[in-house]
Amino acid sequence: MKLPALKFSKKPSEMDRRDFLRAGAALATITLAPGVTLMAFGGSEAKANADPAKRWGLLIDVNKCVKDCTACVSACSQENGWRLPVNKETDAQWIRKVTLTDNDTGREEYLVTMCQHCEEPPCVDVCPTGASFKRVDGIVLVDKHICIGCRYCMMACPYKARSFVHENIVDEQKTWAPRGKGTVESCTMCVHRVDTGRIPACVEACNATGHGAIIFGDLKDPESEISKALAKYPSTALRDDLGLNPGVRYSNL
Amino acid sequence: MERTIYREIQANRAILQTAALLGVFLLGAAGAVLYMEEYGHIVTGMTNQIVWGLPHVFAIFLIVAASGALNVASIASVFGKTPYKPLSRLSALLAMALLAGGLAVLVLDLGRPDRLIIAMTTYNFKSIFAWNIYLYNGFFLIVGIYLYTQMARSMPAKVVKTAGFVAFIWRLALTTGTGSIFGWLVARAAYESAIMAPLFIVMSFAFGLAVFILVVTFTTRVTGRPFGPKLLNRLGRLLGIFVGLVLYFTAIQHLTSGYWARNGGIERFILFNGGIYTTLFWVGQVLIGGLIPLALVFHPTGGRKPASTIVASILVILGGFAQVYVIVIGGQAYPLNIFPGFTASSSFFDGVVNTYNPSWPEFLLGMGGVALALTITGLGMKVLRILPTNLSDANVGQM
Ligand code: SF4
Ligand code: SF4
Repeated sequence: MKLPALKFSKKPSEMDRRDFLRAGAALATITLAPGVTLMAFGGSEAKANADPAKRWGLLIDVNKCVKDCTACVSACSQENGWRLPVNKETDAQWIRKVTLTDNDTGREEYLVTMCQHCEEPPCVDVCPTGASFKRVDGIVLVDKHICIGCRYCMMACPYKARSFVHENIVDEQKTWAPRGKGTVESCTMCVHRVDTGRIPACVEACNATGHGAIIFGDLKDPESEISKALAKYPSTALRDDLGLNPGVRYSNL
Repeated sequence: MERTIYREIQANRAILQTAALLGVFLLGAAGAVLYMEEYGHIVTGMTNQIVWGLPHVFAIFLIVAASGALNVASIASVFGKTPYKPLSRLSALLAMALLAGGLAVLVLDLGRPDRLIIAMTTYNFKSIFAWNIYLYNGFFLIVGIYLYTQMARSMPAKVVKTAGFVAFIWRLALTTGTGSIFGWLVARAAYESAIMAPLFIVMSFAFGLAVFILVVTFTTRVTGRPFGPKLLNRLGRLLGIFVGLVLYFTAIQHLTSGYWARNGGIERFILFNGGIYTTLFWVGQVLIGGLIPLALVFHPTGGRKPASTIVASILVILGGFAQVYVIVIGGQAYPLNIFPGFTASSSFFDGVVNTYNPSWPEFLLGMGGVALALTITGLGMKVLRILPTNLSDANVGQM
């Protein structure tokens, strides 16, 4: 599926180019038959589905995240077709469980971390081809069509959120999450689910265990569960000092 | 004084042997590339923690050296130092060849080198990488024109000088652009230093001149063309000044106090307890690449010997590789501080010093880049009138 959006990539200035891409994406939405999944390649097609009035985010409650529970990690691996790490150094990990030990008190805390869907994403700034991009609803994705595998985004990401596909993929691939040797990938906030009104797989899995440590929702909607929780309890962003304003927040850290 | 005459070099036994050796390295690199293409980066030492490995060390060294190789031409045409003038053509040719070698390594190490056309046609203008593509292409164009103006018959001196000046400015921009690749990595403590761009510029001066000295010495020897010891000595002392500058900027980089306050962790890592990186820094960069070459070229009596300059050049190159290795790999080995105040652990190596074991394919690819640069230089000298027939001190003019 070759979409017009990709052809408008040679405009001289950044602004023009962005506008053109948007226009191209909009055009693609109109010209394609209804029901065709624009997300098929996880690429710039996905731009068309985003609603600028929303900003999707996650709130992770560190107090509720339980030691040794990895339900969300397994769910993400299942949903998006990446195997739970066998070669830890080279296998992709879209989401990971982290154990933190307080340097002063020795107290242990647990949380999960993934792409933080930054509002000012360094990965997007540095990407030479524009394969890394942010949708208008704040979800940061990699267009697998045009990623050249330079890994500059991995160098730039402050959260180690991205993985490079080091070898041929033998596992079954999901149509909504295509993967390919030599390209970079990361958490998509389950954009294929979000665009059809569902919640990300990790959130669903965490709820199913009864821990309920992750809230998903629209940060721009003051009535959403996530906005209300953020308004009520203290929360923080990882490396807030960098000023990237991530869409993923943590409470009780 | 006889007028400078430039002549193509003629193939002889030594040159053919060198060409065969370079060919072996090129083949090795081709094999490595096919192997990496087939199996992916799994066959390299690179991981999701050390994402840029040995190929980047080679590529960055070559690209940085490329701009520095232009030194001699710049000094001759921009700063009007006539003794260097006969070497200007080679200086320009070598600069282009080194850049080509470095870029080839960079491109072949991409996850999808087959998508090069995308990199050349789809730009994100916010990305310094995209800007660098322009800087690199522009460098070929401008230095190419500069070389042409030097070689064209009856070209007005003013035109040559202008071309040389543009090339000089461009190459400063190019090195700044290369250094800035690291400046954009906001979260990596190792690269948080305003000194990075000027440091890269002085590194380019030193590495490029060292490569240049070795290429001229070698080529004049195997072709039997005279190369005056005074001219060589003069180049050696110039190299000494550049090496001194690299040491000076390195000291600033590591001693800026505000920098220490924020980045004490990475500084202690590189300077004291970083294992291989600490060794490479002190022994590789500072001692072998800095202090020993300085002592060699500035030694009151021994410094005049051609061997001093030649050995110094080799050491500067070795030390330069160590320096780039520490910057590129050491900077990634040191863990990102995602959770200040906590000690983190995970299946993704949070909070640990990452290990990296460079593999043969990576090394072969890198060496292939070096071989490519030297092959282009050799072929250029073979088909074009690049190298003067006589570089004896009497012929190149006043010292
Ligand atoms: S967390 Fe990393 S990959 Fe995700 S948007 Fe931010 S910089 Fe990009
Ligand atoms: S690896 Fe792909 S997504 Fe990342 S910066 Fe390079 S081209 Fe962009």
